[in-house]
Amino acid sequence: MEIAMSILAGGLFAAGVYLILQRQMLRIIFGTALLSHGAHLLILTMGKLNRGAPPILSESKSTYVDPLPQALILTSIVISFGVTSFLLVLAYRAYKTNKTDNLEQLRGTDHE
Amino acid sequence: MSNLAVLPILIPLVTGILLIFLNTNLKAARFITKLMTIVNLIVVSYIGALVFQNGAIILETGDWIAPFGIILVADPLAMVLVIVTNIIAVAATFYAARSLGEKRERFYFYSFFQFLITGVSGAFLTGDLFNLFVFFEVLLMASYGLIILGGTKEQFRESLKYILINLFSSMLFVTTVAFLYSVTGTVNMAQLAERVGEVEQTGILTTIAVLLFIVFATKGALFPLYFWLPKSYAVPPTVISALFGALLTKVGVYSILRVFTLIFIHNLEFTHQLFLFLAGFTMLFGVIGALSTNNVKAIIAYNIIPAVGFMMMGIGIFSATGLAGSIYYLAHDMIIKAALFFLVGAMVVITGTTDLRKMGGLITHHPLLGWLFFISAIVLAGIPPFSGFIGKVLLIRAAIEEEHFIIVGAALLSSLLILFSVMRIFINGFWGETKLEKAAEKGSEKGLIFPTVLLLICSIALGVGAEYFYPSIQEIADNLVNPSLYIDSVLKE
Repeated sequence: MEIAMSILAGGLFAAGVYLILQRQMLRIIFGTALLSHGAHLLILTMGKLNRGAPPILSESKSTYVDPLPQALILTSIVISFGVTSFLLVLAYRAYKTNKTDNLEQLRGTDHE
Repeated sequence: MSNLAVLPILIPLVTGILLIFLNTNLKAARFITKLMTIVNLIVVSYIGALVFQNGAIILETGDWIAPFGIILVADPLAMVLVIVTNIIAVAATFYAARSLGEKRERFYFYSFFQFLITGVSGAFLTGDLFNLFVFFEVLLMASYGLIILGGTKEQFRESLKYILINLFSSMLFVTTVAFLYSVTGTVNMAQLAERVGEVEQTGILTTIAVLLFIVFATKGALFPLYFWLPKSYAVPPTVISALFGALLTKVGVYSILRVFTLIFIHNLEFTHQLFLFLAGFTMLFGVIGALSTNNVKAIIAYNIIPAVGFMMMGIGIFSATGLAGSIYYLAHDMIIKAALFFLVGAMVVITGTTDLRKMGGLITHHPLLGWLFFISAIVLAGIPPFSGFIGKVLLIRAAIEEEHFIIVGAALLSSLLILFSVMRIFINGFWGETKLEKAAEKGSEKGLIFPTVLLLICSIALGVGAEYFYPSIQEIADNLVNPSLYIDSVLKE
């Protein structure tokens, strides 16, 4: 199971990196979203995908899954959600101000 | 008593939250910010004095014992950096009130500023790798808010790249923490160090070490990962550039210093050799960049890069002398970079341009500004008796002791070029014919001098009073080369 998940995370990373290297801002933002999905999936996988009850205490269960990676992912999801929403608004404002969503056209040295 | 360790994080955080409600009342916001940063400086100095007397203060948050809860470790190294951070914060509040402009201040500048200090102090004090990630994000999010504040065309252009590169490296950080958790089963730094030591840092751990190094090197702007820095640091308003230049990259350097003196120290001939190699390139390429541009802010921004190279040199040498040099240089460089940005900012205020070719002869009307800049320039280049000299002399002595002669050559050459790059500003900007009459000036440097003088006094004290500061820095370095002290004090075995 870990192998399949690792391959899936790798696929997400590859797609994310490919999208980040594109020119259009929106594609880049999709790329960062895929990257964070890959990272979060990887944390879950790296915490071992052992069979067990959800980490909620009850008397009938004897084994639980590792609760720490889940807490780490939850933190990381909220953070990347915050950054992504900021990035989306920023991309919108940058598009309004610079009249382009193409990063190639955002080069330039006009402040030098 | 041990609760003191949380105050450097808590005070700016609470102040920042309070300031959210006061954004329309600028007078109150300015007053509270000034007051609270000074209070914070006094508090951290007190904690620092305690730590230097009695050893590290370790706070186990929520009374969970060490490897299970999050711990804050206020050891001497962290406290030195937190104190320097707060000195810069005090200077920056006074500078911001004079230079930023009401519109920008009103849009929550002071809140973002306080959250930035929260994140930086937290990153220095934490003893937990994932918590370090969270504090990184706190300071980065505050920096995203600050870099875009005002929303000019250039800021939009450069901040997009800045945010993307940081988002990418943050995701890499999370991935690396996941790998490390899978191998060792912990994210507590002390326990990580213990477990990595037990399994002798095999192949996979060295790989993780290099991944972690890439993350911190991106944040700290090391060769070849510094490309995002110069432009994105040159476009925001000066006080924000100064905060970024003084604090943000140094958090990356501190993280490398912490992680590679505590956790990954069992494969030195690979990792630390790599650091030396990259340090050399960082110094040379950074300073070449500084010579390539005529934008005064970009020259100072480029000068951040060789300084990071110097700090990496001490970490790469990995002897007590080298680490002492790195720490001394780190503290010195934070202060002097902020001072240089402040001075250059004053020049930009006066002339209304960042282009060095359009300035000239400023010294006729602004002698104080000119000579302050001259002093800062020679402090930066490392002329005795100023603070840059002590750090560099320690680094170079350490390199000679360990027989790394090529890096000595690179360090001396880049010092010369650093001096040349800042003297270029002095010669072209302050000497020569006066291009701007008193009446044609765009603004005055009134009020901008005071915070700079404050920083320069600290910097000169650090250099002239080296005999007073050096023993404690040397002691920090001696403790760093012996990580079992840190591990034992945290895990209490």
